[in-house]
Amino acid sequence: MLQKNSYQGKLIVVEGIDGSGKSTQIDLLYKWLESQGKAVYFSEWNSSKLVKSTTRLAKKEKMFTPTTFSLLQATDFAERWENFILPTLKAGVIVLADRFAFTAFGRDVARGVDPLWVRNLYSFAPQPDIVLYFRVPLDVAVDRITSSRANIKYYEAGMDLGLSDNKITSFRLFQQRIIDEYDKMVDEFGFTVIDGTLSVQKQQKLVRQIVRKNMQGWQGLQNPRFPVRRRPAKTAIKPPQARSTKEGGKP
Amino acid sequence: MKQVEFFGAGFPYNPIKELPGKLIAVEGTDGVGRSTQIQLLRRWLEDEGFGVSDTGLRRSPMTQPGLDAAKLGHTLSRLTMSLFYATDFADRLENHILPALKAGFFVLSDRYLFSIIARDIVRGANYEWARSVYGFALKPDIVLYLKTDIAHLVPRMVNGRGFDYWESGMDFHFADNLYDSFCKYQGLLIDEFDKMADEYGFITIDANRPIQEVFEDLKRSIRPLMVEV
Repeated sequence: MLQKNSYQGKLIVVEGIDGSGKSTQIDLLYKWLESQGKAVYFSEWNSSKLVKSTTRLAKKEKMFTPTTFSLLQATDFAERWENFILPTLKAGVIVLADRFAFTAFGRDVARGVDPLWVRNLYSFAPQPDIVLYFRVPLDVAVDRITSSRANIKYYEAGMDLGLSDNKITSFRLFQQRIIDEYDKMVDEFGFTVIDGTLSVQKQQKLVRQIVRKNMQGWQGLQNPRFPVRRRPAKTAIKPPQARSTKEGGKP
Repeated sequence: MKQVEFFGAGFPYNPIKELPGKLIAVEGTDGVGRSTQIQLLRRWLEDEGFGVSDTGLRRSPMTQPGLDAAKLGHTLSRLTMSLFYATDFADRLENHILPALKAGFFVLSDRYLFSIIARDIVRGANYEWARSVYGFALKPDIVLYLKTDIAHLVPRMVNGRGFDYWESGMDFHFADNLYDSFCKYQGLLIDEFDKMADEYGFITIDANRPIQEVFEDLKRSIRPLMVEV
């Protein structure tokens, strides 16, 4: 469905339900790639500054319908795509995305929008080079979330769907629907499934193996701030640094 | 009663059986006199005893502050702008237009999705993509297209609100100054409207005439809908 990534850079995406451990893994991956001297850019779901105030207002006032929720998150993604992700990919940077269009395909369809419609919405985005799907049983994710965070938010719990008056119950039902959608996408979008119940270190080892394999024979943009030790600096003619690697900050 | 029809999948989570009201879309480029005609239509329909509600682009209370701020900063790139407007549209459709139609109102829409698509296309969007975004949108009962040309539009702008940054398409710099960019941009928009007029069966009304004459034409087109309510 999504078109092949035809840009110079690499696009690596992590997906999974809340509490699947994907953010921990992408953070470790970021630091590892950076220490290798690669130019890396990180982008997080729902983080566009331009759209932020609207999202905040709609969440606070509980104004979202499944369609407007989907469209506003697509707006958020489009803004990050046009202004940060696309230019950095073109420059030859490794873009790490904590959630991508697949999050919309999972959540928005779980909310009841048409699956084909939401796929069309994001058809301007390319198929990532790697999609790491962190799969965990629902109970594990719920335990992680409830033990580490005081409060599950209204839309996170899918309270807008009226599945249950109880937040935890609603959260469970909603996340299970999302898991079902993710599982359907494994083949559709060629996800690489990682067992999210393994230790953090074991998962990271797998992640690095997968990434290393994918990057074999590929020369990305180097980060001049992190000179590669193996190669003496005098031989390297350094390409201009992609400005936007700084904009997104570290995860 | 006429079947409820959408351009695509509509709102699968919220099936709608019937809508006794009527959705009237008034389309046409900037400065063509849409809002004047809508005011007249509203008054006329109310005089006839119908409930009337009106809507227009960027009036969603959810997206208005954010969208206005973004426009002010001239920071909207093409896809972002398309989708932000689609969000505004969807919010007004679900929370304003559909409830009013359920209650049997006439809804006068100052522009509908056609204007938004036209603006996207002129800025280089993929037509199929732009259309598919609006798969949730309800088909209007009637689309009244107020047609004009640049020669008639320019004196209206000069003697009216002047040349505006966005109405001149300056975000895309169709030319290096407001006037030339306005003419180029609005000309392209009119071409898009003309194409859509055939495809979507707009009722085309020559807007290069006095207000009252245009109004009479609009009334004539709307009258058949009034019998059915």
